[in-house]
Amino acid sequence: MPTLTQAPHHTLNTPPTQSLPGRRPVVSRGQRYLLPGLAILLVGAVLVGAGVGAVAVPVPAVVGILLHKLGVSTGLAYEPQQEAVLWAIRLPRVCLGVLVGAALGLAGASMQGLFRNPLADAGLIGISSGASLAAVAAIVLEVKLLTVFAGLAAVREMLGFYLLPTVAFAGACGTTFLVYRISREGGRTVIATMLLVGLAINALAGACTGLLTYVATDEQLRSITFWGLGSLGGASWPTVLRLLPFLVLPLLWLPRLGKPLNLLALGESQATHLGLPVGRLKQQLIGLSTLAVGASVAVVGAIGFLGLIVPHLIRLVAGPDNRLVLAGSALGGAVVLVLADTLARTIVAPAELPIGILTALLGAPAFLWILLREQKLRRS
Amino acid sequence: MFDIENLSYQTGRKTLLQQVSFRARPGELLAVVGANGAGKSTLLRLLSGDLTPTSGLVHFDGQPLGELPAATLARRRAVLTQQHTLSLAFPVEELVMMGRYPYFQNQPTALDHWIVEAALSTVGLSALARRSYPTLSGGEQQRAQLARVLAQVWEAQEGFLLLDEPLTGLDLHHQHHTLDIARDLVLRGFGVIAVLHDLNLAAQYADRILLLAQGQPVAYGSPDQVLTCENIHRGFQIDVQLLPHPHLSCPLIVPCPRRAV
Repeated sequence: MPTLTQAPHHTLNTPPTQSLPGRRPVVSRGQRYLLPGLAILLVGAVLVGAGVGAVAVPVPAVVGILLHKLGVSTGLAYEPQQEAVLWAIRLPRVCLGVLVGAALGLAGASMQGLFRNPLADAGLIGISSGASLAAVAAIVLEVKLLTVFAGLAAVREMLGFYLLPTVAFAGACGTTFLVYRISREGGRTVIATMLLVGLAINALAGACTGLLTYVATDEQLRSITFWGLGSLGGASWPTVLRLLPFLVLPLLWLPRLGKPLNLLALGESQATHLGLPVGRLKQQLIGLSTLAVGASVAVVGAIGFLGLIVPHLIRLVAGPDNRLVLAGSALGGAVVLVLADTLARTIVAPAELPIGILTALLGAPAFLWILLREQKLRRS
Repeated sequence: MFDIENLSYQTGRKTLLQQVSFRARPGELLAVVGANGAGKSTLLRLLSGDLTPTSGLVHFDGQPLGELPAATLARRRAVLTQQHTLSLAFPVEELVMMGRYPYFQNQPTALDHWIVEAALSTVGLSALARRSYPTLSGGEQQRAQLARVLAQVWEAQEGFLLLDEPLTGLDLHHQHHTLDIARDLVLRGFGVIAVLHDLNLAAQYADRILLLAQGQPVAYGSPDQVLTCENIHRGFQIDVQLLPHPHLSCPLIVPCPRRAV
């Protein structure tokens, strides 16, 4: 064995058994204050969203009514009309906004982590296009199918108002499963293939949706257009309660996948070498995101751009650590959607702007601004 | 300890690796050498579990590799791959901390922080700990990844390191420095398997050398046994001359000029 002189600075020490020097990495201000800041913002957004509208409910009144509902009497004054509007209309709508916003933000961040691409969102794997196709099909073909199959009438009777959401959710799950199945190669999901399969399936679903739109009647066209633009307008407590069971799992589980997603950023084999069950992680990400986005889209229609832009904003503030990006995207998505919805229903009052238009109208320029800013930072 | 028996790997009709057998022990540095496409990386990917052998066996500590839980394996052996795809702006110290992810649930312990710091100072990147990974130069990125791999098995008993061309993109100083680190690990009872291109570095640092040519083992043994003119000609189709090393007991390999007189 040749002997080598060894420089002292690279000897690998075993750690001391006691009193390890506790130097911790410096946590940036953005990282430290992100989640508390967003939580405060969310409370503010909820109060604003609950208070603003044709019947104004000032913040003290909102607090008074909420505490009263919880059985705490306060001296805060409010009128019965305010209580009725807040409880029956505003609060369910704000709750729906919080849930859907959080779901879209989380799913967006998850997909960006899964595809290791900051431009990914849940639309990429067919969730939105599948939901749209199924919803449009339900709108256009409903009458025809009802006349052909008598049994469908019973189904329609049973589901009632929830026919459209149920069908849309099934469509979302169906297309995503299709994309997932086709992308499997020798027992593994190939992410690059999945992207391309997603593109193809999206195009196919888009074409079918177009075909159905083409044969639709004027009345059906109105429903299709309205559905495609998205709205929180139909919110009521039953809507919120129907959506909640679908979102509990994704909202609680996805934020816990930050650490594995960080490893996935290293590359699939590198993550495997570090003991990460990559296949299972992919299934979790895809399944939970489909659940979250599919259920949301089914209830409120397609709301674009939120899932793409919110994780970007969070990364801008707090860096790429997915443990923060996921939780931050959930809170941030909720804040953005509640505020956007408040704007959508007040900006052209008494009419309402479809929220999908608003998120794209505000989101696209904001996104461009982020891209240009990053470009400038790279150059300097 | 890695036990490799009659390992073969095929894709389609192409045989990438054929009938390779050897044993890699803790406390040894095994260099895998060979021409481009000789099957070196394929061998390493079979050892790291990325690929499943067509036939033959890979045993780690007496157990078939496929039967070991990934989490257990992650605490015993670390892999440095050739390509790195990380494009997110993680700070270097968080990248190295990822090597510790198999050890903690939510928050790293003081020991994890200590090891990250030690790994960074080992590869000489302490000053760049807070820098964002994508802003590093190619060689610095390679060293940062090495630090991550070191952190992963830092206090493992008889741990193993699989290094696929760990010297790519490194300057002369850091090439030797990286192999010095590998030797330090070997002294601490680690086993190291490294794919190397420079035969002189392999001669200088390795305990054993495996020479592959077109997927088949040409020679396996100590540097003196493997690095002969005939073997090197079979492996690389090039004529070399072996000179005594001025300072070390290993041979110095000098390629003969093509138009030698």
